[in-house]
Amino acid sequence: MPLFKSTQMLATQIDEFLDTVAEGGIVFKDGVHAYLDGDRGRFDERILAIVALEHRADDLSKAIETHLYRNSLIPEHRGDVLGLLETTDTIIDTAKTSLLQFSVEQPGIPPEFAADFRNLAAASAGAIEAVVISARVFFRDPEAVKDHLFKVTHYEREADAVSDSLKRKVFAGGLDLAHKIHLRYFALNVEKVSDRAKEVADRLAIYAIKRSI
Amino acid sequence: MGVFLFLSSGLFLGWSLGANDAANVFGTAVGTRMVRFRTAAVVCSVFIVLGAVISGAGAAHTLGRLGAVNALAGSFTVALSAALTTYWMTRLKLPVSTSQAIVGAIIGWNFYTSAVTDASSLTKIVTTWIACPLLSAAVAVVMMVALRFAVGRLRPHLLVLDAWTRLGLLAVGAFGSYSLGANNIANVMGVFVPDNPFRDVEFGGFTLSGGQLLFALGGIAIGVGVFTYSERVMRTVGGGLLRLSPLAALVVVLAQSVTLFLFASEGLQHALASRGLPTFPLVPVSSSQAVIGAIIGIGVLRGGRGIRYGVLGEISLGWAATPVLAGALAFVLLFVVDNVFDQQVSRPVAYRIDQAVIAELEARGIRDQGLAGLEGRLRTNSVRLKHDLRESTKLKPDQILTVIEVARLGAWRVDAAVIATELDREWLTSEQLHAVRSLVGRDYRRSWELRRDLAAASAEWRPRPASTVNRVHNKELEKKLEYLETLFQVAETRESPDGASGEPADAGAGFVPR
Repeated sequence: MPLFKSTQMLATQIDEFLDTVAEGGIVFKDGVHAYLDGDRGRFDERILAIVALEHRADDLSKAIETHLYRNSLIPEHRGDVLGLLETTDTIIDTAKTSLLQFSVEQPGIPPEFAADFRNLAAASAGAIEAVVISARVFFRDPEAVKDHLFKVTHYEREADAVSDSLKRKVFAGGLDLAHKIHLRYFALNVEKVSDRAKEVADRLAIYAIKRSI
Repeated sequence: MGVFLFLSSGLFLGWSLGANDAANVFGTAVGTRMVRFRTAAVVCSVFIVLGAVISGAGAAHTLGRLGAVNALAGSFTVALSAALTTYWMTRLKLPVSTSQAIVGAIIGWNFYTSAVTDASSLTKIVTTWIACPLLSAAVAVVMMVALRFAVGRLRPHLLVLDAWTRLGLLAVGAFGSYSLGANNIANVMGVFVPDNPFRDVEFGGFTLSGGQLLFALGGIAIGVGVFTYSERVMRTVGGGLLRLSPLAALVVVLAQSVTLFLFASEGLQHALASRGLPTFPLVPVSSSQAVIGAIIGIGVLRGGRGIRYGVLGEISLGWAATPVLAGALAFVLLFVVDNVFDQQVSRPVAYRIDQAVIAELEARGIRDQGLAGLEGRLRTNSVRLKHDLRESTKLKPDQILTVIEVARLGAWRVDAAVIATELDREWLTSEQLHAVRSLVGRDYRRSWELRRDLAAASAEWRPRPASTVNRVHNKELEKKLEYLETLFQVAETRESPDGASGEPADAGAGFVPR
């Protein structure tokens, strides 16, 4: 039946979009780690990968939006779903931008701060993973979304804490001020990814309540 | 040509019904933007016509009992009054019941022509006005709870749920439209059945009866109403009273369709009766009342939040005002048509109690000393006879109605030519047909005499003992008997006033019952 074929295709596209964002999170974390490891080849590879993933996510998001409008699907939740896709897309955008900044500015990260940067990238990637799972659950079981959203909050708080601790250590150290500010900027850049995930989670919480009514 | 002019008010009534009642079937689907208006209008119209043609006859019977409008100009005026009332209510964006409008208009006709209104039929319909929304609300609550549970368990993808809901809205809307056509075509065209200008048409091995053609025309009129004027009413129903989710929209139309089905399906009645289960009365029900009941049911399930009580109040007021307005309008318009345009809005019906009537009543278990005192007088309206019976006898209201029925005079002739050319021989059994043929050439002054002779000629013309299982059979038999009465009725019989205190017969004209 054409109606169900089209529905199935759209559901597949949404899944693919979420897969892309989730993969973007993994690539982002690995890219930061590669930079910290000084593995230039792997880092460049991750840059290329995240750019491709971001383009793919953009294309999918546009295709889904067009399909939803053209076929007047899910009229009651169309705005919410499009809002969800749009904000989720900003996560991978932010991750890509952050990684590109490493490539462009090549900050000098002293070894004593490397572990914190690793943890910060891991927390941000964890927030992405958790929010993608929540988004998947939203489409099938809105009541259960809140059971996953707390993980996003957890990772975002962890990223905040790691970032705060890192910045304090940086500014307590003996680096020159320009270097300190540069490192703070990169800490904020990596942390921002988890903030975007939290923004999506906040929206998702409201959308889930709307779907449950 | 004149007949078609008169039919125009029935078509106007159909258009009004399409613009108002039919929109309720797809109102929630369009209101929640799950189905496009154009798609809804196409599906709705097609299934209304199918329902009207295929199973439209089911609900006409009860409405007919309220007092058959026995002159074409009367039918025209009654339908016009109901249509104008429905149209006005549609302008006010109030979903009202066309049943209410036409019942009100018929009662207006009864008042104008001094015909007795069958109070039991009226009570039955009024009861349904209350029962229909209540039942629909209960069905909606049960369905919503069950559907929520199922969705919670199955956890379909939002898009899959959307697709199924959309498909469900279309399917249930089609089912609802079919029920609407089957149920309400009697309201639109029922009063014109005795004056049907159409004859049977054969094409490609199919035969469409005159009745089916009449109902198809009514169905098309309803469809035109859906296309041209129902969209804003759909939007009102779809969101004016309560903001609905697509799933709730589906439940509303499903509950409404089930309610209409329960109140209009003879097949269901027979299935229930044959298993000894209680049955639902077959009456013209209102899709507006069912849909509003279902929406309120959903609202109650949400704890009453979100119901716009102001809108509900307006709708309730519209329900109450519709029959009253239609009745008053019919009364005034009948006066105009009768006196200004000099059209006959009713055929006079005469009544007389004589020995034969008293004997027949005794056979039916109705005895009263006062009946003998009323013997011999010719009465030209049933209200006067009812008044006299109340004054002179101790009969109960239902017995009085039986006396009026038995005392009614008319003229019937079992005509061989009519049997050969007009009788639907396929509808009757061979034994029934044989019994009818055995009465060829006989004349009758009362319809029950024809029935009595038919029963004597064949057991297949005798009603079975009253029981739930036999109800459908007896109802079918009654339909056939009424059909024969209409078929063998002859137009002219003169009767002079013969009672010393009797009222004068109507202007020397003949009287033709029904």
